[in-house]
Amino acid sequence: MINEIFLMNGYGAYVWSAFLFTIMCFASLYLLTKLQLLREQKKYIAKFGSLSEAKSAIAKEQKINKEILLNTLISKI
Amino acid sequence: MFNLFDLGKIFEISSRSVKYVFILFIIVLTIGLTESLFLSPEDYKQSHSVRIMYVHVPAAWMALGIFAVIAFLSFGTFIFKNKNFSLISKSLAPSGFIFNIIALITGSIWGKPTWGTWWAWDARITSMLILALFYLMYLLSWRIITNKNSANKISSLIAIVGAINLPIIKFSVNWWNTLHQGPSLKIMGDTTIHSSMIIPLAIMTAAFALFSLLIFLMKFNTEMIRIKSKGLDRL
Repeated sequence: MINEIFLMNGYGAYVWSAFLFTIMCFASLYLLTKLQLLREQKKYIAKFGSLSEAKSAIAKEQKINKEILLNTLISKI
Repeated sequence: MFNLFDLGKIFEISSRSVKYVFILFIIVLTIGLTESLFLSPEDYKQSHSVRIMYVHVPAAWMALGIFAVIAFLSFGTFIFKNKNFSLISKSLAPSGFIFNIIALITGSIWGKPTWGTWWAWDARITSMLILALFYLMYLLSWRIITNKNSANKISSLIAIVGAINLPIIKFSVNWWNTLHQGPSLKIMGDTTIHSSMIIPLAIMTAAFALFSLLIFLMKFNTEMIRIKSKGLDRL
C-alpha cells in the first residue's frame, strides 16, 4: 500500500516532484509577498510616527490611512 | 479620467479578507491534493503519471486567464487613463508568472515519461515559454523603470502585445502538428475526460484560483500602503 502510494508503478518520482515543485512555488511566492507587505507596513508606521500631531490628524481623516493603521495594530497583536 | 472604484472601500475589504481567503485556500488545496494524489484513478494508458495533470492544467489555465485579464486592463489603462487598472494588473502579474513557470516545469516533468523527453520545441510549449517571457518583461518593466508614468505605459504596451500570443497558445494544437495533445475539455462540445478525473481537476483549479486571489490581495494591499506612504511625505 505505502509502496504503491510512493512508487506509483514507477512514476512516483515524476508525480511527487511535480507536486512538490508546485507547493514550493506557492510557499515561496506567499512568503515573499507577505514579507513585502510587512516591510511596507513597518515603513508606513515609522513614517506615520514621525508626523506632527496636526499632520497625523489630517492623515487620519483619510479612510485608507485609518484602515492601514488598524491593520498594522491587529497584525502586531 | 474618472474613478471607477472607491479605493478606500476596496482596501478595507481586501485587507480584511486575506485571512479568510488563506483559510479557504488551505482547505480546498488539502481536498484537491487528497483527491488528485490518492483518490482519483490512474489512467489506462499513462498510469499514475496522469496525476501531474492536476497541477499542470490548472496552472496553464490560470497563467493564460491572468494574462488575458492583465491585457484587458492594460487596454483600459490606455483608453480611460485610470491608474487603478494598472494597480490591479500589477498585483495580478506575480501569481500569473508563477503559474506559467509551474505549467512549464510540470509539463516538462510529465513529458519525460510520456514522450521520452524533458523538452521539445513544440508549438504549444514554445508559445507558453514566450508567454513566460512576456510576464517577465511586464514584471521587470515595473521594477526597472523609475518613472511611474513611463512604467505604466510600457508595461501596458507589453501586456497588449503579449495578448497576441494567447490565441496562438490556445489554437497551437489545432493549427500545427504538435507533440502536445489536443484539448480534452471543451466548453462547446463533448469532453473526453471521465468525471472521476474532472472532479479533482476542478477542485485543484479552484485551489489555484484562490491562491491567485490571495497573492493578488496581498500585493494590492502592499501597493496601496506604498502609495499612502508616499502621500504622507506630501502632507
